[in-house]
Amino acid sequence: MSKDLIRLIDCVMVFDDDVILDKINLTIKNQEFLTLLGPSGCGKTTTLRIIGGFETPTSGDVFFDGVRINNVPPHKRRVNTVFQKYALFPHLNVFENIAFGLRIAKVREDEIKTRVLESLALVGLRGYEKRRVHQLSGGQQQRVAIARAIVNRPQVLLLDEPLGALDLKLRKEMQIELKAIQQQVGITFIYVTHDQEEALTMSDTVVVMNNGVIQQVGTPQDIYNEPQNAFVADFIGESNIIGGIMNADRDVTFAGKRFECVDTGFGKDENVDVVIRPEDFIVTEDGGQMSGIVRSVTFKGVHYEMMIDAEGFGWMVHSTLSQPVGAKVGLSVKPFDIHIMRRETSE
Amino acid sequence: MRRRVSFPYVGWMAVFVVVPMVLVLGFSFTSADGGFTFENFSEMTKYAPVFARSIWLAFLSTVICLIIGYPAALVMSREKPIVASAALMLLMLPMWMNFLLRTYAWMSILENNGFLNQLLGALKLPPVAIINTDGAVLLGMVYNYLPFMILPIHTVLHKMDKHLLEAASDLGADSVKAFARVILPLTLPGVLSGVTMVFVPSVSTFVISKLLGGGKTMMLGDLIEMQFTGNAYNPYLGSAISLVMMVMVLASMTIMNRFGDGEESAVMM
Repeated sequence: MSKDLIRLIDCVMVFDDDVILDKINLTIKNQEFLTLLGPSGCGKTTTLRIIGGFETPTSGDVFFDGVRINNVPPHKRRVNTVFQKYALFPHLNVFENIAFGLRIAKVREDEIKTRVLESLALVGLRGYEKRRVHQLSGGQQQRVAIARAIVNRPQVLLLDEPLGALDLKLRKEMQIELKAIQQQVGITFIYVTHDQEEALTMSDTVVVMNNGVIQQVGTPQDIYNEPQNAFVADFIGESNIIGGIMNADRDVTFAGKRFECVDTGFGKDENVDVVIRPEDFIVTEDGGQMSGIVRSVTFKGVHYEMMIDAEGFGWMVHSTLSQPVGAKVGLSVKPFDIHIMRRETSE
Repeated sequence: MRRRVSFPYVGWMAVFVVVPMVLVLGFSFTSADGGFTFENFSEMTKYAPVFARSIWLAFLSTVICLIIGYPAALVMSREKPIVASAALMLLMLPMWMNFLLRTYAWMSILENNGFLNQLLGALKLPPVAIINTDGAVLLGMVYNYLPFMILPIHTVLHKMDKHLLEAASDLGADSVKAFARVILPLTLPGVLSGVTMVFVPSVSTFVISKLLGGGKTMMLGDLIEMQFTGNAYNPYLGSAISLVMMVMVLASMTIMNRFGDGEESAVMM
C-alpha cells in the first residue's frame, strides 16, 4: 500500500488551443483505490487516458514503476481499462471476450479456460460463457468488461465512469462489489466519476479536479470535512458558501455578524470564502447567532431541507426536525463547523 | 388495410418478376419446335469455356476490387469526416455518369492509337496493346464496380465503435492483431456485400467485354445477348443459360451468407 506506482509530473494537455490539463502532478500508490472526481470537462477522463496510453501529454512526464512511459503504446502497458460504454466485442461470446487478452498473450489453452472461469466467478457470471454480449443486460455487460480487464492480472485497472449507464439501485450494488473485487485481487484501481457519493463510498484517495487543475487530494473524510477551497466544498456534498472577512485568527465576520471559528493563518481583513454544511446548523425556536424566517421546507427522507432567510442571505439547512414555513427561528453554528477558505485570486 | 397497401407492389412483382421467371423457366425446357426438352442444357456444355472464362474474370475482378477497395475504405474511415466525405463524393461521382459513356471513354484511352499510347509515345516508351484483351475487360470491370466494393465496407467500418479498437489495444493487441481479431471479423458482412455486388454484375456483363474486349473474349453476357439479338437467334438456349447463371449466383450467395453468420446478410442485387 505504500509504494508509489504511477507518477504524473507537470502533465499538460492541449487540444486545439484548449488547455484540458494544466500542470497535473499526481502520485498513485500501489494497491490503492483512487478516484478522479470532477464535473464533465474537468480533465479527469483525459488524465485516465494518459495513464492508459490513449493520449500522450503535450508536455510533462508519466512514470510507471519508475520508468517513463510517455510513448509506450497501450498494448505494451501493464494496465487494463474498463471503458465507459464497455466496448465489448460484438462478434465474440462472453468467454471469448474475456479470453481476448490471454489469447493475444499466447497463454496456454487450459490456463485460459481456468482463468476465464475464475474471473467470471469473481464478477458473479458463472454459466454465462456461451452468451452473446448483446443478449446481456447493461449490468451484466459491465461485469464482463470488468472480468475481461481483470483476467489479464494488470497492475492497474482503469475504470472510466463504469457505472454511469446503470440505474441507481444497481449502481449502489456494483459500487460495493467493485470495492470488494479490488480488495480481493489487490491491485490499484483508478476510477473516474462525476458522482461525489460514489467517490466517497469506494475510494482510499479522492482527487478532485476542475478546469484541468487538481483542486484537492485526500481521503474521503478529508475531502468532505476539510475542503480546501469553495469549489471542493460546493462539489462535495451541499454547502452554503458566502463571502467573509477575517478579523484575526479564529475570528471572522460574515452576514454582518462576528463568529468564532478555528482557522488561523489568514491576513487581517483578508477576504475569504466561508463554507457551512447544511447539516451543521443548529436550528432553535428563538435566540441563536442569527435570526431568520423559514421560506420553504422539503422532505428528503432522512432529513428535511429548509431554506431559511437570515441576515440578508438564504441558507440551506438540513435538520431531522421541520419548522413550519414562515416561522421565526434562530440559527447557530459551532466554531468547528465554520470552514474558512482562501479566495481564488483568478475568479 | 395494411394488406391492401401492398397490392401495387404485389401486382408489380407478379407481372414483372414472377411471370418473366416462369417464362424463362419454361423457355429453358422448350425445344425449337415447342416441345419439352433437356437439349438446351446439354447443348450448353459446348460453351463451358465461356462459363469458365466469365467466372474466372469475374472472380479476378472481385479479388482486385477487394484488394484495392478494402484498404481504401479502411483509410477513408480513419480520416477526418470532411476528408472522408470528399473521398466518398469522388468515388460516387463517376457512378452518376452514364455507364456506356464511361466504358467508351476507356475504349478511347486504351486504343492502339489512344490516349495511353500517345502518352507513352511522347515519353519515348514502346506502345502497349491492351485493347481487345482480357486485361482491358478486367480493367473496365474493376473501374466500374470498385465503388460497389468500397461503399458497403466503408459503411460497416464507419458504424464500428471506435472504442473497440482502443479496447483491443488495451488488451495487448498491436495494430496487426487488432485488425485480424477485431476489424476484419466485424467488417466481414460488408466484405460479403461488396463481393456479391461486384461478382454478380461482373459475371453477367456484356457491354464491357464487347467494347473493351472487342468481342474476342466472349463472356456469358455476350453469349446470352447473341441468343436473343444475333444471327444465332435461340431464345430457348438463352433462357437456359440465364437460368443456370441465376442458380449459380443464388448458390454462391447462399454459401457466402452462411459465412456472414446470418446477422447482416449480404445485399441481394
